[in-house]
Amino acid sequence: MAQSLYDKLWDAHRVHDEADGTALIYIDRHLVHEVTSPQAFEGLEINGRKLWRINSIVATADHNVPTTSRKEGIADAISRLQVETLDANIKKFGVPVYFGMNDARQGIVHVIGPEQGATLPGMTVVCGDSHTSTHGAFAALAFGIGTSEVEHVMATQCLVAKKSKSLLIRVEGQVGCGVTAKDIVLAIIGKIGTAGGTGYAIEFAGSAVRALSMEGRMTVCNMAIEAGARAGMVAADEKTIAYLRGRPHAPQGTMFEQAAYYWRTLKSDDGAIFDRVVELDARIIEPQVTWGTSPEMVVSIDGNVPEPNKESDPVKREAMERALQYMGLNPGTPMAQIKIDKVFIGSCTNSRIEDLRAAAGVVKGRHIAANVKLAMVVPGSGLVKRQAESEGLDKIFLAAGFEWREPGCSMCLGMNDDRLSPGERCASTSNRNFEGRQGAGGRTHLLSPEMAAAAAIAGRFADVRQIL
Amino acid sequence: MKVFRSHTGLVAPMDRANVDTDAIIPKQFLKSIKRSGFGQNLFDEWRYMDHGEPGVDNTRRPLNPNFVLNQARYLGATVLLARKNFGCGSSREHAPWALQQFGFKVIVAPSFADIFFNNCFKNGLLPIVLAEPEVNQLFDTLFATPGLKLHIDLARQVVEVPGAESYRFEVEEHRKQSLLNGWDEIGLSLLQADKIRAYEVARQIKEPWIFS
Repeated sequence: MAQSLYDKLWDAHRVHDEADGTALIYIDRHLVHEVTSPQAFEGLEINGRKLWRINSIVATADHNVPTTSRKEGIADAISRLQVETLDANIKKFGVPVYFGMNDARQGIVHVIGPEQGATLPGMTVVCGDSHTSTHGAFAALAFGIGTSEVEHVMATQCLVAKKSKSLLIRVEGQVGCGVTAKDIVLAIIGKIGTAGGTGYAIEFAGSAVRALSMEGRMTVCNMAIEAGARAGMVAADEKTIAYLRGRPHAPQGTMFEQAAYYWRTLKSDDGAIFDRVVELDARIIEPQVTWGTSPEMVVSIDGNVPEPNKESDPVKREAMERALQYMGLNPGTPMAQIKIDKVFIGSCTNSRIEDLRAAAGVVKGRHIAANVKLAMVVPGSGLVKRQAESEGLDKIFLAAGFEWREPGCSMCLGMNDDRLSPGERCASTSNRNFEGRQGAGGRTHLLSPEMAAAAAIAGRFADVRQIL
Repeated sequence: MKVFRSHTGLVAPMDRANVDTDAIIPKQFLKSIKRSGFGQNLFDEWRYMDHGEPGVDNTRRPLNPNFVLNQARYLGATVLLARKNFGCGSSREHAPWALQQFGFKVIVAPSFADIFFNNCFKNGLLPIVLAEPEVNQLFDTLFATPGLKLHIDLARQVVEVPGAESYRFEVEEHRKQSLLNGWDEIGLSLLQADKIRAYEVARQIKEPWIFS
């Protein structure tokens, strides 16, 4: 019978089936960071349990780390304790692969997994972090879990799970100039809503997805969770294999060729059945900007802030009104007239080298507008930062008035000192525009790195296609 | 896992869709390395007039009188009636910890985000999905009935308005049994240790690179 990619990945990891339809699923890769792991390590200790397979773990400190100089360590005592607790747990449990705060390879867990070749096609990948869906770009089954399940995986290398429904999102056609992976995924979320993927595992397919680089596919899969789906994935192809060749934790030599032979089978068969299919025409997707407090509240750059009184559903209308009030916006305002205070280029969605190249391409030879109080670039990892510097991107950003920071999650969620102040409006390449996400009272607008760069230069949202 | 069998308690409304886990427990409280102490910062940005930080004495902070859980008629609520897609966003288990440590035992909504839904069960907090018209009806009843309590019986899978309507809900059998019996789920999985090892041996032959 024709199988979908998800069917194949699910079947390959079933250890034991229960009569009630759940299964014990084997976990190949466990990514660990400082925020969602301390209670799990503690639970293991309390119950006298060991890590089942220590070399399944790849760990780093990313959420709490400062993005300014790290010579003095972490100033905030509570953040410092959390990172030190991870350091101590890694040591105590003997985890061999750890990129601590001062390691040159440290970075956002979802950036360094693929970068190190620790994320491979055919794997199950979990992490106590909802953006684990990112790794599905490699034809892996990757999803976020809570701390209890972190402990479960540590102790058993397995999770109890029930198979999700399957959703195929097919994006066909060629996107226009200045339209990116971020715009594609924001357009998808705008179409199906933030709960559109709840209960589903999404496969992103179609010519527009195949045309994306691996980094673009990661951006799309990263935001599967913003459409409500725990897992998003893309079939493996020659780009997947080329990306992984030579990476430190990927197989080497003949074993790589053997692996690649298998990886090429990781795609949905012709005639595979999906529970639901959604189709988008890539040719009509324009650069996107969110206007509200949920990623589904999104419009094209040439659109306007929507008018709640045109919405018939009362729950939706009220949510729109509340969002507009929080965001300090009036219905009908053209998006391109909205001024911004800060710009954040970074996060597990958009902090990879191609993102930085694209943003640098827009700002080169220009300067941020006078009303922009802070524009910052936070590379996704130490290696991305080094690569960018070797290409001179840091100089382009600095000359344009941007700050060039150390890698980490940074202002995507502001667990470190990188936060918005109340009322500040930010053009952000991150993934969530929830109330208070980037700082209490902060106003977040999600967009692509190119569009964030354009906003920094214009001091307001601007159509990057008119700059390129 | 904590046991949950049945519960009767005061209901409070959370009358907005897409309540995310950042709202349930803001990021600054995730710096804790403990499993406890989150209840006092549940819905922190909505609940208090000032900005909260860990280590601050919350009893001295000004409460937002307009926030629903601060209103007298809902004090002591243990059942939260919510809207669509409750618990969306971050996978932080601190969200169910905060709800539970605040005092909630049950959340009723038309839908939940997948990770949050899963996390609730791990902590003995019961998320119940009812059809949207049923939830609408419960909201109407709640607003019209000060002091409304609901009775929830997991074994029978019903939510009851005492002396009035009763709503049946679905729950996966393994989740139900885990809650009713307070099973240690990790311990249960470890009973399959031989199968897990056998799986690893077979997989190692097929995909040796996974284990290197």
